[in-house]
Amino acid sequence: MPKQDAKLLQGTLDMLILKALSLGPLHGFGVGQRIMQMSEDALRVEEGSLYPALYRIEQRGWIASEWGVSDNNQRARFYSLTRQGRKQLQVEEENWERLAAAVFKVMQAT
Amino acid sequence: MKAIYWLRLARGRLRGLLRRASVEREMEEELRFHVRMRAAENVRLGMTPEEAERAALRSFGSWARVKEACRDVKGGGVMETLWQDLKFGARTLRKNYGFTVVAVMTLALGIGANTAIFQLLDAVRLRTLPVKDPHELAEVYIADMSGTRGSFVYSHPTVTNPIWERVRERAEPFTGIFAWSADTFNLSTGGESRYAQALWVSGDFFNTLGVRPALGRVFTNEDDRRGCGAPGAVISHAFWQREFGGDPSVVGRKLSLDFHPVEIIGVTPPSFFGPEVGRSFDVAVPICSEATLEGANNRLDSGSDWWLVVMGRLKPGWTVGRAAGYFDSISPGIFEATLPPSYPPDSVKGYLASRLTAAPAGTGVSLLRETYESPLWLLLAIAGIVLLIACANLANLMLARASTREREMAVRLSLGASRARLIRQLLTESLMLAFAGAALGVLLAGALSQFLVSLLSTELNPLFVELNTDWRVLAFTAGLAALTCVLFGLTPAVRATRVAPSQAMKAGGRGMTSGRERFSLRRLLVVAQVALSLVLVVGALLFTRSLGKLLTLDPGLRQDGVVVTSLNLTQLKLPAERRLPFKRELLARIRAVPGVEAAAETWVVPLVGNSWGDAVWMDGAGPEQGKSANFNRVSEGYFKTLGIPLLAGRDFDEHDAPDAPKVAVVNESFAREVAGGANPVGLRLRVEATPTEPETVYEIVGLVKDARYRSLREDYQPGVFLSASQAPRQFEYDAVLIRSKGAASGVIGGVKNAVAGFDPQILMRFQTLKSRVENTLLRERLMATLSGLFGLLALVLACVGLYGIMSYGVAGRTNEIGIRMALGARGSDVRLMILRESLLLVVAGIAVGLPAALAAPRLVSTLLFGLSPSDPASMCLAALSLLVVALAAGYIPARRASRVDPMVALRYE
Repeated sequence: MPKQDAKLLQGTLDMLILKALSLGPLHGFGVGQRIMQMSEDALRVEEGSLYPALYRIEQRGWIASEWGVSDNNQRARFYSLTRQGRKQLQVEEENWERLAAAVFKVMQAT
Repeated sequence: MKAIYWLRLARGRLRGLLRRASVEREMEEELRFHVRMRAAENVRLGMTPEEAERAALRSFGSWARVKEACRDVKGGGVMETLWQDLKFGARTLRKNYGFTVVAVMTLALGIGANTAIFQLLDAVRLRTLPVKDPHELAEVYIADMSGTRGSFVYSHPTVTNPIWERVRERAEPFTGIFAWSADTFNLSTGGESRYAQALWVSGDFFNTLGVRPALGRVFTNEDDRRGCGAPGAVISHAFWQREFGGDPSVVGRKLSLDFHPVEIIGVTPPSFFGPEVGRSFDVAVPICSEATLEGANNRLDSGSDWWLVVMGRLKPGWTVGRAAGYFDSISPGIFEATLPPSYPPDSVKGYLASRLTAAPAGTGVSLLRETYESPLWLLLAIAGIVLLIACANLANLMLARASTREREMAVRLSLGASRARLIRQLLTESLMLAFAGAALGVLLAGALSQFLVSLLSTELNPLFVELNTDWRVLAFTAGLAALTCVLFGLTPAVRATRVAPSQAMKAGGRGMTSGRERFSLRRLLVVAQVALSLVLVVGALLFTRSLGKLLTLDPGLRQDGVVVTSLNLTQLKLPAERRLPFKRELLARIRAVPGVEAAAETWVVPLVGNSWGDAVWMDGAGPEQGKSANFNRVSEGYFKTLGIPLLAGRDFDEHDAPDAPKVAVVNESFAREVAGGANPVGLRLRVEATPTEPETVYEIVGLVKDARYRSLREDYQPGVFLSASQAPRQFEYDAVLIRSKGAASGVIGGVKNAVAGFDPQILMRFQTLKSRVENTLLRERLMATLSGLFGLLALVLACVGLYGIMSYGVAGRTNEIGIRMALGARGSDVRLMILRESLLLVVAGIAVGLPAALAAPRLVSTLLFGLSPSDPASMCLAALSLLVVALAAGYIPARRASRVDPMVALRYE
């Protein structure tokens, strides 16, 4: 069932983006960098999936964007979590914990 | 939450659609920023700047694909694809210019015809009067007019002035009540008459309708009191513009109405055309002023002049049903109180039993509606069928086009387009065609409905219909467009996308003959088209033949060369005893005009819808044996003027003076049905008492051949002619029929001079009898003209459809034909084969269409004259015309087929 796998991954990416933004507004590049940092370089978000995901989440109203100036003084688009996004993050975290625990149990079983 | 999500999505997508360029630019900028950041990062990790940049770009994978993925999310979604479809559709349609023009024109014709007829129906049937809260208006009328006697101005129910005055006193259910009657006034003061459309109105007319004056004031109840003289006139906006050029100081100026100066007191707003749909008014005057304007002839106290229509505005809480019950309950008192003393004893019971009732009147009163509503619905149905045929044609064209686009569809399907997406795109194309057709159709409808109105308008009865393109008309047209789009677009779209890509890609999928299945659907469409066309052609033939019969019918009298002269003597103020000698002298002068062969006075002009009927029986029998007969009062020479042969006895002559024994001339039907078959000359007949005359005995002095009386449509009926000079009352109006030696119009100048020379104050009006009779056939003419046009259109469309399928068939069978010819078939064999096929389709269509035509609605038979709706001759003629169409449509393809060069055809593969 490859389709369901893809969906799971996409959902996961959304959650990761929300998590990354929960610490403060970031531009797209920053989101990728922060996810990498937080995962200690284990997770690399591909640019080809990052931006569509950002746009999709924005359209759902979980994040908002505005143009601002980056650290190196360049015009960049900054994303921040909305109130709705904060709630969504909570829901996804709970779901994820349940799923992870379940998967963990399955994998531990002998 | 969900709703907000959708709202946000829609907003984002709309933004995406509307500001595509800026969104694209922002996206580009954001991604570039990302690449720069990545490159900077790479440099930090130790790459050279060039390397860093390349690596950064590479990390994006395909730049275009990323952008595409982003666009998918960000773009307009449904709206975006709709926009794409529209653009693509427009491009395809532009490329197939010929097809587009044909399709749009066909639809414009079909939709335009439907819209035009609907527009008329909307105006006369559906739309409410342009007054305040029209739904509160109710009409009060006599439920069954059979108990009433006297003279009637409308075929619509009316009341007398005494009844109106009683109803007004007891108008419990209404906040306001009013009465009105239409009339014409003579505006000129001498010479040839000039008429204005007039309204007699009660005092509360304008206030109850809620019509405020645009200038001056309107009437109040104070103006409408017995003995008011001529308190003034309110004129319509159109009349003010036409007659006074919109002069703002018009209030206070005088108008001459039937030779009485009347002051203008106000002007109504432009939107108000009066209470009757189909007729506008120029001047309104209070009912009470009839005493002054019409003098001794006024109808204010008459219990036998039925001329007023009564309407009121319901009080809150009253329904029309409750008002109807109320008026029914007060009826006995009202009719008892108003019973005219002179009422014929036999009719008293009927009068007293009459009942008032009420009905909604928000759409006004309309004779036009009563005459034309059902023909208009029928015409709408016919126009609807034309549109169906047009849709069938277009569907066929689309199917043909679909097969040429098979490859395109196959390619797109195999590249991953979904079928639904392709259908949507094809439907968008159809929709564009349909709406382009509808837009053009609305424009066409404007001109067409004007033409229809002009077709129904006559000099004496100018038709006024406000043709607005209101929301109802627009909704109707839009609905038609959408419906036609589905009708002609959906099946072809579904079929076009049903191809299996692999199959269609194979060398164009050409075999010996083209695909059987799709072809058979197209044949089915053509058969349906032929069947529908047959129904319309039958209808067209029935209506045109019906009109033809009426026009060529022998009515028993000769209409050609007869001029009807209407004379108005009121201005001469002749005392009653001077009128008869004056008229005799006038008639003698007219007869002396060169070119006049004969002339006679008549009270009732025949064949133009006027009539006068009373009961009559032979002297000696009782009133219970009375029969209704047609009456007329004529002078000597009447029968000669109209070419009605005298069979026995004599015509009237100068001896039939007022004091001589009363005489009558009767017709054959009278002799047969009333006098019992014998030659009635010398016998005596009795005429029942009427509200104006007591029971009277007449001696029959002559017998004439039957002639039609009220209209061409009526059969011969018993007729009694009385002598004009023996009339108990001589009116100040006169109608003189003149037979000219040459063309009717040739004598008019001479007669005009003779009459003016006799007395310049006489007002005259001339019309040929022929043209007046033809004006009574407007409905027949309308049906014949329009059903004829639609029938022709249907034939042309069927012909085109048939031609289309035949030539397509021939093109698809070039191989087969080539083989046949190579095997020895001659050109004529092939021609015959193709023609036979074309004929087969038409015969199938006729087989389906004939039963459908026979099942024509009952309504049709009421509109026909001298023909039954299942008239065999019309059926045969219609079938024959379609067979001719089949041959015509099949001939060119057949000839093309017979010229196929076998070698070329076989090598083609």
